[in-house]
Amino acid sequence: MNWTSWSDFISMGGYGYYVWGSYLISFICIAGEIILVSNRKRTLLKQISLTKAPIKQERK
Amino acid sequence: MAINWFKYSSPASFYTLAGKMIPYFSVVASGLFLLGLYISFFIAPTDSQQSEAYRIIFIHVPAAWMSMFLYLIMAIWAAIGLAFNTRLSAMIATAIAPTGAMFTFLALWTGALWGKPMWGAWWVWDARLTSELILLFLYIGFMSLQAAINDPRRADKAGAVIALVGAVNIPIIYFSVKWWNTLHQGASVSLTQSPKMATTMLTGMLIMGLACWIYSIVVILIRTRAIILERERHTVWVSELQGSSQ
Amino acid sequence: MFLWVIQRDLLLAMRRRFDILTTLFFFVIVVSLFPLGIGPEINILRTIAPGVVWVAALLASMLSLGRIFSNDYLDGTLEQMLISPQSLSLLVLGKALAHWLITGIPLILISPLLGIQYNLPLDAILILALSLLLGTPILSLIGAIGAALTLGLRGGGMLVSLLVLPLYIPVLVFGSGAVEASAGGLGAGAHLSLLGAFLLIALVITPWATASALRISME
Repeated sequence: MNWTSWSDFISMGGYGYYVWGSYLISFICIAGEIILVSNRKRTLLKQISLTKAPIKQERK
Repeated sequence: MAINWFKYSSPASFYTLAGKMIPYFSVVASGLFLLGLYISFFIAPTDSQQSEAYRIIFIHVPAAWMSMFLYLIMAIWAAIGLAFNTRLSAMIATAIAPTGAMFTFLALWTGALWGKPMWGAWWVWDARLTSELILLFLYIGFMSLQAAINDPRRADKAGAVIALVGAVNIPIIYFSVKWWNTLHQGASVSLTQSPKMATTMLTGMLIMGLACWIYSIVVILIRTRAIILERERHTVWVSELQGSSQ
Repeated sequence: MFLWVIQRDLLLAMRRRFDILTTLFFFVIVVSLFPLGIGPEINILRTIAPGVVWVAALLASMLSLGRIFSNDYLDGTLEQMLISPQSLSLLVLGKALAHWLITGIPLILISPLLGIQYNLPLDAILILALSLLLGTPILSLIGAIGAALTLGLRGGGMLVSLLVLPLYIPVLVFGSGAVEASAGGLGAGAHLSLLGAFLLIALVITPWATASALRISME
């Protein structure tokens, strides 16, 4: 463990801005992509269930 | 018993198979990410020359690996789709492109962020960064071509052709950019040779690379299932699917 | 058959002579714009000359790519070509080379004039024309793939540039590099031989790719 204090960890030897900046962007991109993909699938499932709903009633 | 590979090439069975695989992969991916981050920040020693800034390597290099790796995989799936005329492989190729483009963008952005403290400039016409930029253009070209064609079958095939042509060109582009870089500037400004690979650094990077790989499998599977739903909307099995609302 | 296609396309182009001139004038205007933007500094212009001329050649040949297939596509001759017993790759090669003759050759012929405008030394102008001679056919060959892929699409013109420009980069790098190397005394042999190699590769691969792209678009 080479971090003495928490503030030392954040300053990251003076390069905190760059290191945390790049990790922040990576986190945003990855989280963003997950959100985008999953709600694309959710809206699709919803649309399909809406269009199919009437047909199901008739079959019963 | 002969495994019937083609059973999973039909969108319907692939849909359920992917559905089962996604939870496991996502658990593995998040586990690896946490492990990788832990190693990169807490175990990897401070680098002698670059002190702490080099820690960006743990996200920059895996992203660059993934961007090239995913383009190759996309080209392979595109070729299979073109050769065997299987719709599913073309769907997978289409699903790979956005994740590949995301990793390229990430590699460029983290590269710039790393370049600023090390070389003092946000953007340096280093051979690798430049060919990474061109790779991003290739991805964007592929995606925009597929978006412009509304008939899915033609879009798949046209995308496959441009992906393959692009793949043939990647070595040529990399080679010419490398030459171009060394010829123009006197001393070629290249990334300071990567810090001598202490084992912990290397393992940290490999684990992060693995995490990104499995992460992209998860995202690509989800997107493939979305594409399957989009294109198979009219089929019977999609309407049955609603029962399970899985 | 191969010559027939080239001859036919040249004949067609001759009837609409103005089309050839539009590409040429576009090239000249783009090249002449740069000094206005950058300023009349002689040695700055001399150093940027090869790059500017090459980028302008890239853009000029790319903008006229649409014309290779679009007229035949509209009046149906393209379907005849697809059905005809002749090998489609040969026909496509003919059309790409015809496009080169129509757009490439005028650029090469006028490039010395622009070299003088940029105050390039004589041997650099020679190398520039030579590198254009080797480079522009590659542009037409690769561009034919983009034109075939985006046949009949609404945003076709813009899309072609997105598809094809990344593929032009090696040609641009070695084309302008040749002139710069010769000006810097290194001698442009290496660059020109590489351009020649690209040309041979393109001659072999692109017709097949364009043919398959055409079959996909025409389905």
